[in-house]
Amino acid sequence: MKFQQIDQYAAHLASDKRASVYGGTKSGYDARLRALTTSYTAPDHLRKLAGNIKQHTIENLDTYLPQVEAKLQSNGVQVHWAGDADEACAHVLRIMRARAATKIVKAKTMVSEEIGLAPYLEKEGIECLETDLGEFIIQIDHDHPSHIVKPIIHKNRREIATSFEKNGLGAYNDDPQVITLRARQFLRHKYLEANVGISGANFVSAESGRLVLVTNEGNSRFSIAATKVHIALVGIEKIVPKDRDLEIFLNLLARSATGQQLTSYTEFIRGPKSTTQPDGPEEMHVIFVDNGRTDVLADECRPILRCIRCSACLNVCPIYRQASGHAYRAVYPGPVGAVLSPLLAGKRFSEMADLPKASTLCGACNEVCPVNIPIPDLLLRLRDRGKKEKSEAAAAATPPMGGFAILASSPLLWKTALKAGVLAPLVPPSVMPAAGKTWVTTRGLPEWRGGKFRQWMKNRKKS
Amino acid sequence: MIKNRAVFDAAFSLKMRQEGLPPFVPLRFDARLLWIFPPIPLIFYLRDSAHKSKLPSLSRHSLNMADITFNRPAGKRVQLMATCLCDAFFDDAAAAVVEVLEHLGCEIDFPEDQTCCGQPAFNSGDWNSSRKVVRHALKVFSGDAPVIVPSASCAAMMFHGALLAFEKEPDYPAMEKFAGRVWEFTDYIVNGLGIKKWPGRYNGTVAFHRSCHSRGTNTGPAALALLESIEGLKVLPFGESEQCCGFGGTFSVTFPNISKSMGELKLDHILAAAPDQIVSIDQSCLMNLSGLAAKGGRPIKTVHIAQILRDALKNPAK
Repeated sequence: MKFQQIDQYAAHLASDKRASVYGGTKSGYDARLRALTTSYTAPDHLRKLAGNIKQHTIENLDTYLPQVEAKLQSNGVQVHWAGDADEACAHVLRIMRARAATKIVKAKTMVSEEIGLAPYLEKEGIECLETDLGEFIIQIDHDHPSHIVKPIIHKNRREIATSFEKNGLGAYNDDPQVITLRARQFLRHKYLEANVGISGANFVSAESGRLVLVTNEGNSRFSIAATKVHIALVGIEKIVPKDRDLEIFLNLLARSATGQQLTSYTEFIRGPKSTTQPDGPEEMHVIFVDNGRTDVLADECRPILRCIRCSACLNVCPIYRQASGHAYRAVYPGPVGAVLSPLLAGKRFSEMADLPKASTLCGACNEVCPVNIPIPDLLLRLRDRGKKEKSEAAAAATPPMGGFAILASSPLLWKTALKAGVLAPLVPPSVMPAAGKTWVTTRGLPEWRGGKFRQWMKNRKKS
Repeated sequence: MIKNRAVFDAAFSLKMRQEGLPPFVPLRFDARLLWIFPPIPLIFYLRDSAHKSKLPSLSRHSLNMADITFNRPAGKRVQLMATCLCDAFFDDAAAAVVEVLEHLGCEIDFPEDQTCCGQPAFNSGDWNSSRKVVRHALKVFSGDAPVIVPSASCAAMMFHGALLAFEKEPDYPAMEKFAGRVWEFTDYIVNGLGIKKWPGRYNGTVAFHRSCHSRGTNTGPAALALLESIEGLKVLPFGESEQCCGFGGTFSVTFPNISKSMGELKLDHILAAAPDQIVSIDQSCLMNLSGLAAKGGRPIKTVHIAQILRDALKNPAK
């Protein structure tokens, strides 16, 4: 392969898409910075602490998972375990079939994207309606999310208005308020028609079995309140040891994701409705999804499982800003996706091994990460693995380093090359190595002054 | 009911009891409490041994550049690692480093056999080739003296990157010892030698591009503090200063389109502030920016921080 796929995608990205992504990410970054620094004098300590708690949790999942299962069951929740995407989808289908249910209202959950739940259920004749505004727009457009928190960051309001018009949701109007109202009207009675509500979970406390959901639209609350059955799809890494850990995580998550002190809705769900509660789902299921996570846990890159999906790393990443989320060819884009997606790909690692190369290793992602994931280090480890596994995708357009290593470990060759470099400008671009050619087509080359410093040092010593 | 706090609390406690939940203790905010309980509940976690004792260590060294703390030697007999870019293109920057260090009373040893820090191969994913180069550096820079590197990028390769690459190697202890001697140039001046105010005078305005590899180290603040202390020099702020210049070593040729767009964006921000020149602690970022600027028809002067420090010494302060 001659080109890196992400670079090619970025080169052909329409300018209005790039503008949408740039504007959306930049505002997210600025809001985050304001929210964190006005609330805390030392936010850095807080995120390191959060990172330690999360690392501790994933290292001790063998303790916490049975604990959370027992707690959930004692709260009246039915717990299911899914090893992979198919199993997770099959669990949902079985629950639906057992109740002869055909309609689902679904809140935003990344795990459902990961396991391809909606297309799976559609094939089985079950309607699975997205109720998060962004995801709803993605659904009617048959598009894919390009951001974890703002799935439609790549779209502008004119595009959205056009697709609303096409889908019979009123005449063209690109006023965001009108768009939101129309979606709301359409969705409102869908909640009442549905039999089952599906959500994810941002955190699950091992201590109490509480599920925590954070949203800004209230749609997950509607989905759960209006339906008799609540199914929560939860990645096995979503556990926190104790309820009080939530204080730190909720404070960091909202600030890092959207720059809010707290999201508009924060739901704590202990189980199905109790006998004294007037309403709520009569039945609650939690499906814990592995889908490659235990393999990640066994890998050196396991700190990536600390991730709480806030998207701060996407927002700050200069490569994400230029290339957009779709360039990453996976559910999780950006720096976190560049680590997580190849790992979750399992046997297809090699195909995705170019993702970790899409970084200048500038470290901005690590600096903003609320759980302090050393993303650049993990990217480097994956580059090493990609090279060892001879991934073609990873090797594309990468200059070979064997010659450099020979040169740079022999002082004699090195000094000769320093002298010979003077001839470099005489080399016509047509016979240059690919890397050199690329450089001189985009940038000027400084004057070659190889060995001049060494000479200066020598003369200085003599005098 | 909601307006009256006492009534609300009472009703809420009643409801909690009905639900069989633990008794509700109303919490009222009292500013005096802040004296007893600091706003961040950190101390509770730190005191909790259950959280602390089971924290496993993943790696033999800190996985995080931001967590690096080591006591490096700060003596005045130093070894200079000039970096390959200064060796090939920017001899005056390296010469400035020597003059500045000598001004500070340092005795400089320049090992003739030095080549490169091995970062190009390391970042490209070719760790085998990289280790070969790092082992050469290990051999060349023997001894206990501080190793001064006029580049945050090469310095970080030596004290952080190389440790990653050597994690499973038998010579890891030697590598770790070497890593503990490496200083970035301005970090050494400010935090090693304790110099906070730079003498002399330099007339003009600069945009300071804090190179990305100074993230999580003391280098960025140290360099900025030195620059700002120089009489006559004005450091201009510019937009999105936290963003990368797009170089990234081989990234610049492996991802040429993204790299160029990033560089152009950086130049847009810097040129909007209209500085006389761009200054950085990394010659590589400067090479990228000046190369792009020249090709794009909007040339701008770039200069390594050592050159500013040296030139300031030539002009007496008023």
